[in-house]
Amino acid sequence: MTGVRYVEATRTYEGTDTPAVDSLSLDISDAELLVLVGPSGSGKSTALRMLAGLEPLNAGSIHIGDRDVSNVRPRDRDIAMVFQNYALYPQLSVAENMGFALKQHGVPKEERVTRVRETARILDLEPFLDRKPKHLSGGQRQRVAMGRAIVRQPAVYLMDEPLSNLDAKLRVQTRTEVVELQNRLGVTTVYVTHDQVEAMTMGHRVAVLKDGVLQQCDAPSTLYHEPVNVFVAGFIGSPAMNLVELGDERPLRIGDVELELDGADLAALGNGTGAVTVGFRPEALRIGDGPLQARIRTVEDLGSEMFVHVAVEHRGDSVPLIAKMSPPFDGSPDDTVGLQIAGTTHVFGGDGARIASTRATLRSQGAVSRS
Amino acid sequence: MSAEAGPTAVGERRWVNRVFGGLAWIVGLLMFFPVFWMVLNSFKTEADANASPKLFFTPTLDEYRTVTESAGGLLSFSEAFTNSIVIVVASTLIVLALAIPAAYALAVRPVLKWRDVLFFFISTKFLPVVAAILPVWILARELGLLNSRLVLIILYTAINLPLAVWMLRSFFAEIPRELIEAAEIDGASLRGQLTSIILPMAAPGIAATALLCVIFAWNEFFYAVQLNPVEGSTMPIWVTTNVSTRGDFLAKLSAASVLACIPVVLAGWIAQKRMIRGLAMGAIK
Repeated sequence: MTGVRYVEATRTYEGTDTPAVDSLSLDISDAELLVLVGPSGSGKSTALRMLAGLEPLNAGSIHIGDRDVSNVRPRDRDIAMVFQNYALYPQLSVAENMGFALKQHGVPKEERVTRVRETARILDLEPFLDRKPKHLSGGQRQRVAMGRAIVRQPAVYLMDEPLSNLDAKLRVQTRTEVVELQNRLGVTTVYVTHDQVEAMTMGHRVAVLKDGVLQQCDAPSTLYHEPVNVFVAGFIGSPAMNLVELGDERPLRIGDVELELDGADLAALGNGTGAVTVGFRPEALRIGDGPLQARIRTVEDLGSEMFVHVAVEHRGDSVPLIAKMSPPFDGSPDDTVGLQIAGTTHVFGGDGARIASTRATLRSQGAVSRS
Repeated sequence: MSAEAGPTAVGERRWVNRVFGGLAWIVGLLMFFPVFWMVLNSFKTEADANASPKLFFTPTLDEYRTVTESAGGLLSFSEAFTNSIVIVVASTLIVLALAIPAAYALAVRPVLKWRDVLFFFISTKFLPVVAAILPVWILARELGLLNSRLVLIILYTAINLPLAVWMLRSFFAEIPRELIEAAEIDGASLRGQLTSIILPMAAPGIAATALLCVIFAWNEFFYAVQLNPVEGSTMPIWVTTNVSTRGDFLAKLSAASVLACIPVVLAGWIAQKRMIRGLAMGAIK
């Protein structure tokens, strides 16, 4: 059916030299929900607008199905878009908003009414069909915006941060609804968000962008467990991965504690040269009687889990780290604790790319190796 | 100390507010008084109007009858009124027809150097009208347009166009960009976007712009008196024909002036209602 393909698509805004989206190549398969995620200014919205036809391409091409749409007008691309602020037509009722596109495409009135009713039923919007957008709550407006896209039965849905104007609770609820709906309709969807939790929970695959460049496009668990570089490692996951720059000293050390990497092939790395950064998830950091001395800064108790923020002395600086613990934990600020790494540690080279992921152990100096 | 400072400051502010409020009323009444006096005079007889200022009198419509029935000079009331209506309506419609696409182009799809274009539009208003009258008059004579409605329609269109483009551009620029993009994705053609999204949302702005054009065109005197002193002339010229060299004319002139004011006041009132309703609709945030 209909997939979407970006082929080295580039967009440079007038008056700048750096492309907002730089040579983006992405293959989105039919019925896939692909999430574009990145910090602000990463080019994710621009990439979506390029697909919508709202931004022209400076180089490369974009294909919807077998058709090269690079120079096709937005209205001829067979797409529907949900905007961040919903962009509902204020002077039209909910029903007219939802039927607007059908009317523009010359769908006969009876069919229009039936399709709008059917969509309104799916989205629980039937009681509001005659209301104007200003008489709706934020959540209802969001549903109307979704409805306006759904009713068209397009080849591709484009969603530009559609949940970011909802309050936290509604956002989580709507997130699930959008995923269910997308599954049911089976329409290829490109979803833009800056919220990595949204990205991880919604996307079949997630494409991480930074400064207009695609960093990695993979399933959420792959992004989490095998990030290609320091940026993806730090961006995906909440709380973020602990990243410590170890420099080019050998053996590798955090503070005055030696970091021993598992696996024979890593011996070379441990003995080689070049700046290295290591990263480990909060759940891989164990607080207890480990060799690395740290001071507790704050303890966040979320009920089901606890985040312990600690600081360690490393190369003359105080480096913040986070550990995820299961309650109970009775440490309090300014207590001194010992840290140990108990999970996967990622090793990144000087250019930020991941060199290896392995188990690692912290050993105080003088301790016997491999007891 | 701070406990004392609070109430005193509030008291002071209230006192200042009262003084400024009073001043505003005085200025307002001073400004309104001549208008009030004109309306009052229009219902008096010439004798009453010219007697020492008099607030109590028997109101009469005599002077209204006189000014509307008799052709004071060459120009009759009905003629001047029709001329004014035709010229004002035609020039305003042409202005809107030209300014809406221009403003759309400048606001929604800015051309290169759109700021310069905008400045050029307004720069045409820099020239004093007096400086332009001679070439305009010669041109009008050469084209055989003197004493015609057409010359004023053309001139009023030209005079109002820059202002209308400026005003409409700012109203169009307030329409959220996403709405136009949404309409574009929804399949609306350029005309569809204009008629179903942009124009309804900018309706209050268009009403305000049209009102200003109507007011300027209705009240314009200088070009009218220079180019159309005899035929095809407008209400302001007709008002002055009620000034006579012999006898009293204060009541007559007042009645004529009131008649000249009514259409614009009416237009303003109607447009204002529309504008407020448009704003209340939440069309423009």
